[in-house]
Amino acid sequence: MLYALLCYNDEATVWSWDKAQESEVMDRLGAVRARLEKQGKLGPSLRLLPTTAATTLRKSDPPLVLDGPFAETKEQLLGFYIIDVADLDEAIAVAKDLGEANPGGSYEIRPLAVYNAGADLRVSA
Amino acid sequence: MSDLAWINAAITAARPQAVGALLRYFRDLDTAEEAFQDACLRALKTWPQNGPPRDPAAWLIMVGRNAALDGVRKRSRHTELPPEEVLSDLGDQEERAVEQVDASDYRDDVLRLLFICCHPDLPATQQIAMALRIVSGLTVKQIARAFLVSEAAMEQRITRAKRIVAEGDADFETPGAVERAERLAAVAAMIYLVFNEGYSAGDNPARAQLCGEAIRLGRLLLRLFQAEPEIMGLLALMLVQHARTPARFDAEGQIVLLDDQDRGLWDRGMIAEGLALIDKAMRHRRPGAYQVQAAIAALHVRAPTPADTDWAQIDALYANLERLTPSPVITLNRAVAVSKVAGPEAALTMIEPLADRLSGYFHFHGLKGALNLELGREAEARAAFGRAIALANTAAEAAHIRQHLDRLMADHHPTVREPGAARG
Repeated sequence: MLYALLCYNDEATVWSWDKAQESEVMDRLGAVRARLEKQGKLGPSLRLLPTTAATTLRKSDPPLVLDGPFAETKEQLLGFYIIDVADLDEAIAVAKDLGEANPGGSYEIRPLAVYNAGADLRVSA
Repeated sequence: MSDLAWINAAITAARPQAVGALLRYFRDLDTAEEAFQDACLRALKTWPQNGPPRDPAAWLIMVGRNAALDGVRKRSRHTELPPEEVLSDLGDQEERAVEQVDASDYRDDVLRLLFICCHPDLPATQQIAMALRIVSGLTVKQIARAFLVSEAAMEQRITRAKRIVAEGDADFETPGAVERAERLAAVAAMIYLVFNEGYSAGDNPARAQLCGEAIRLGRLLLRLFQAEPEIMGLLALMLVQHARTPARFDAEGQIVLLDDQDRGLWDRGMIAEGLALIDKAMRHRRPGAYQVQAAIAALHVRAPTPADTDWAQIDALYANLERLTPSPVITLNRAVAVSKVAGPEAALTMIEPLADRLSGYFHFHGLKGALNLELGREAEARAAFGRAIALANTAAEAAHIRQHLDRLMADHHPTVREPGAARG
């Protein structure tokens, strides 16, 4: 079963981390990611720039282009992981592991309906 | 990350909103700051036990307000608020407490707090010190280290600045549209001052940290005013410039010129964010000085090698900038682009009329020296570099010019300059 782990946290806090905090968290997350990848459970994962870099297109007629994220919320969508696990219990276990490496905020565990791998875009990221 | 580190990050992020709201309640900066300090102490005690609250800023405002009101006799017009022990992570209670904080005031609270720091009677350095102390929450010791003064001197400076602000008439009414725009422009300028203080710091890490702080404030401001292209431009400008920091100094702390920088050391994440913001800003078709400067900086970082730099476009953008905000420093910067497009002779002709107004400006003499050097006019070059050294602001600047002079002695003709070195 494919799940997306949607990472929510207060971006003001996360983007306030200093270099040491940042690399500490990234190192710990890296270890968890490496293990999951080796087990064939982790697909693409990505981190988003802050919502200040976001633009929203409202599909009204005519479509409306707005600056900023879709919704003003206390916690923002900061990134996501795509995982392949047996069931929800295992998805929650993975989320717990990631959460231990990177405390604060929440993961929304959301089953996938469609997964298109698309082209490999890593060169430009 | 440890509990303490997490709490610190949350408090830092919540600070502008919390202190801003407390300032609105108490209309006194010292009381607001003390209330916030109290709330932080309680957070350190309560959050590790009860878990972090869902909305740290609202929690700190509530608890800070309670703490400050405990000191005086509680007045009846203030609503009783739940004690902080039940505030943390208890859904219903917290939701209600949060509702008592008027969310619509948030934007104006933070803007007011920032605006207070750029009081027109405060000299630039005091504006920066105030912003760092009050909005960013740096300690007096940290700020003193950044400015290379004693803690006592900095304490005195901040106290004096606070007195000036307190004597002035801080406006606590909700600002109108025109006022809001004026405040926004003043605050943007103050944030860029903070950035420049860090950017020009050479390799002094305490001061270089101010760049990161300014970027944080820029993001905060843009979150509040999401559709303002100039705020996008300001943040983009700071990000793209700061992205080059790891390459700007060598192991000995000497300046590495833009052309000589290892572009692999540039922070690609910051550049991506900066370029995305410039893209967004351009859509508004309301150009401003920050946007144009950001676009110039973007052209530099978009070039895979120095030779790929689009100097003609940079020249055109500087022409734009001269029109938006005429200043001899901008003309001086444009001359660098002109020297690449039309040659050093044309650039020298361009800066000649600036000699009077920029006679005390390090970068004027530095560029004049470099242009003369390119033309093989060694005596003129040596004279200009001599003037530049006398006017250098940092040891790194002086050392950089010294290198030119040394190479001159060795009869070697370098042709590299840092075009971004003289910024308007």
